Amino acid sequence: MPVFNLKVNGKSLSVEADEDTPLLWVLRDHFDLVGTKFGCGIGQCGACTVHADGVATRSCLLQVAVATEMEITTIEGLSEDASHPVQQAWKEIDVPQCGYCQAGQMMSAAAFLKETPNPSRSEIRDAMSGNICRCASYNRIEKAVELAASKLS
Amino acid sequence: MKTITTPSLNRRSFIRTSALAGGGILIGFNLFQACKPEVVPPVDIADINFNDFNAFIKIADNGMVTIFSPNPEIGQGVKTSMPMLIAEELDVAWKNVLVVQGALDTKNYTRQVAGGSQSIRLGWEPLRQTGATARQMLINAAAVKWGVNPSECTTNQGVITNAKGDKLGYGEVVKAAAALSVPEKVKLKDPKDFNIIGKDIPNVDVDNIIAGKPLYGMDYKEEGMVYVSVLRPPAFGKKLEGFDATESKTVSGVIDVFKFGDKIAVLAKNTWAAMKGKKSLKANWIDGSKLESTEDHDKILTDLLNGKEFNTMRKDGDVEKAFATADQVIERVYESPFLPHNCMEPMNFFAHVTDEKVRLVGPIQTPDGTAKRVAELLDRKPEEVSVDMTRMGGGFGRRLYGDFALEAAEISNISKKPVKLVYSREDDMSAGIYRPAIKYKISASVKGGKLTGYHLKEAAVNSNMYGLIPNFFPAGAIENYQVDVAKYDSNITIGAWRAPYTNFLAFAEQSFFDEIAEIMEVDRIKLRLNLLQNVKGNTDERIQYSPERLEKVIKTAVEKSEWGNKPEGVYQGFSAYYCHNTHVAEVADVVLENDQPVVKKVTCVVDCGIVVNPLGAKNQIEGGVIDGIGHAMFGEFSFKNGIPSHKNFDTYRLIRMNETPVVETHFIESKIAPTGLGEPTLPPAGAAIANAIKAAKGIRLTKQPFINNMDKKDLLG
Repeated sequence: MPVFNLKVNGKSLSVEADEDTPLLWVLRDHFDLVGTKFGCGIGQCGACTVHADGVATRSCLLQVAVATEMEITTIEGLSEDASHPVQQAWKEIDVPQCGYCQAGQMMSAAAFLKETPNPSRSEIRDAMSGNICRCASYNRIEKAVELAASKLS
Repeated sequence: MKTITTPSLNRRSFIRTSALAGGGILIGFNLFQACKPEVVPPVDIADINFNDFNAFIKIADNGMVTIFSPNPEIGQGVKTSMPMLIAEELDVAWKNVLVVQGALDTKNYTRQVAGGSQSIRLGWEPLRQTGATARQMLINAAAVKWGVNPSECTTNQGVITNAKGDKLGYGEVVKAAAALSVPEKVKLKDPKDFNIIGKDIPNVDVDNIIAGKPLYGMDYKEEGMVYVSVLRPPAFGKKLEGFDATESKTVSGVIDVFKFGDKIAVLAKNTWAAMKGKKSLKANWIDGSKLESTEDHDKILTDLLNGKEFNTMRKDGDVEKAFATADQVIERVYESPFLPHNCMEPMNFFAHVTDEKVRLVGPIQTPDGTAKRVAELLDRKPEEVSVDMTRMGGGFGRRLYGDFALEAAEISNISKKPVKLVYSREDDMSAGIYRPAIKYKISASVKGGKLTGYHLKEAAVNSNMYGLIPNFFPAGAIENYQVDVAKYDSNITIGAWRAPYTNFLAFAEQSFFDEIAEIMEVDRIKLRLNLLQNVKGNTDERIQYSPERLEKVIKTAVEKSEWGNKPEGVYQGFSAYYCHNTHVAEVADVVLENDQPVVKKVTCVVDCGIVVNPLGAKNQIEGGVIDGIGHAMFGEFSFKNGIPSHKNFDTYRLIRMNETPVVETHFIESKIAPTGLGEPTLPPAGAAIANAIKAAKGIRLTKQPFINNMDKKDLLG
């Protein structure tokens, strides 16, 4: 089995895996980074969102062989101590219900705000529509993204 | 009408204390039942046994309070709100309270649970009594030390003060308190003195969630554990004839492949290998029982509705006579599909079966019942089976059924390995347990401008409405009233789905009342309010909704939503419902964008008695309303020859942020004991938007999902 060298949250990590293994399962099963969640496996729900070279990416569709070229950031690496403005906004608004989708939501939000620092409400609603929240905490996610934007600006 | 009260409990039978070896005091108590009289809490935290008591409080020498809560947390917030009740009466600062999900079970004990929207309602009295009892013991210990009467002492935020102004912290008297007897009677606080109840308290797990810490069953790992993917029959009614695993076994990482029942387990070193191994299996399926289709169900359910074979759930007066003598009879049929639960965290479970014990870990709403079923399946003694609960990535009813835990246990039993069973999304959506497809026929008679008869008929797949549902509004409001149910037995597995039965019944009923008002040419709000007048003073104990409380939420919703006073182009729809002991009214505001109806806002008025944690309560309410809208609009699920129509989110549509309205919540101020919020705001939502869409487009929707039942040009999103 081939060995792949990855850069995850600033650290160099290597893994022996089939080349078609999605990054999601490498993170979860091999690197014990379980903050990135499995939801659908086909890039539809956004629970597995990570940053690949700063871009919000569905890790269930990104093969490990491709990911070797990229700087990967997961929720565990978004900040060292959950102090990223997006994480703090999520806490202040008390967004989570079950909480399972929220890592993916926060990763989508963080990447979006980097590209769009002062988003309008409709830009937020469109940008965040790739992530499903089954508990439908959408009103609070929307508010938290607005709050995070104000913290970042 | 009967006032709902919590069962009275003998405190001596459910509270016991002991001095902890490491310092401090441990109080064990049972929330909903008495414990064995001889049992005392352990002197070491590690010996906590949730079989003896189902919750514990530890007060340390430094005054810090730890509340061990073993109740399942599925996102409904009880891990935060239930400890709040204890902390309030114990009279400590919330910042000094640590909430811990019951420690990992290492000693073969099962745990008791409370579930559904009932946790707060049933826990209201016993949890506060427990806190108050502990507080009184601490006061008594301080009083002995000072040589004063306990009645001279007061407490504030974990500090006891006597008449002279001397002060002692809880931590300074815990040791002495542990030696005292448990007081017989304690006084609970007047709600006006609450410091914690009614305050916005953040989710106790929020720090772990935002940091991506392992909390869920899916995140659980053990040394030596193998991952399992299971191939199940592709259709309800199919069974396994044989299979070829040759290719599967060549997938790197696959350890073993074997059959159990009509399923095939693939064991592997990691999840991806297990999933790949499953995809490579070649299985032969043969017909075992009937392969059913939604097309057939439609006909069967319609025939049931038009037939004569019903169970009568409630009968007042004589509906047939009312219909025979009516000026007008109005009749409508409402139809709903099956629905999968689609918890964000797919089903999963850890199991390790050895000669000594059966250890299970994972997300489950019913750990106790599941442990018993596993014991039965594996022919083991119940005390040999333990279940540890993880946080759950959603429940919605799906995790009441321990089928996935049984599968994991069986696979571990065969392989003798610690296993973690993981469902793919496709497994999760197609393996079963759905909200049953249901049709309602509602008929009403009008005579002399008055509603004289109301006949509700239910035809459902596999199971009918139960409990007090037939006694919900408009029971008691209409002289001649009858509820009849019939079911068709199918091999498609069904079960509870958030707000069982009422999740669709509320839509049918509240759409029907809207239409009746239109036909009778009366104001739709007045029609409801007038009917409620008939229920006031009704002494029927089965009627537990309060006409006064329902009237209040309706009137408040009218006011807060600016009902009837919206600018041109905003179309409103009204709905009000009682279920799960909570009264709710909702108004949806719809506008037309490119001639398509878009829900902009829902005003939701809730009477759930005292609001324990407004921050958490509003989250439940917002989620419930949007969940109700999403499934009414888009939730579509059917069968063709036993095969589910949808298997993943590429074709199964869940509501997304750009389709959600703003939910504005208003609570009715109340001193009445609190009731649950996990479910009751979902049922009225569908009718609120259907009634608004009627106002906007003139289309009367009677069938869910709406998206399939509007003209193509009316499609939303």
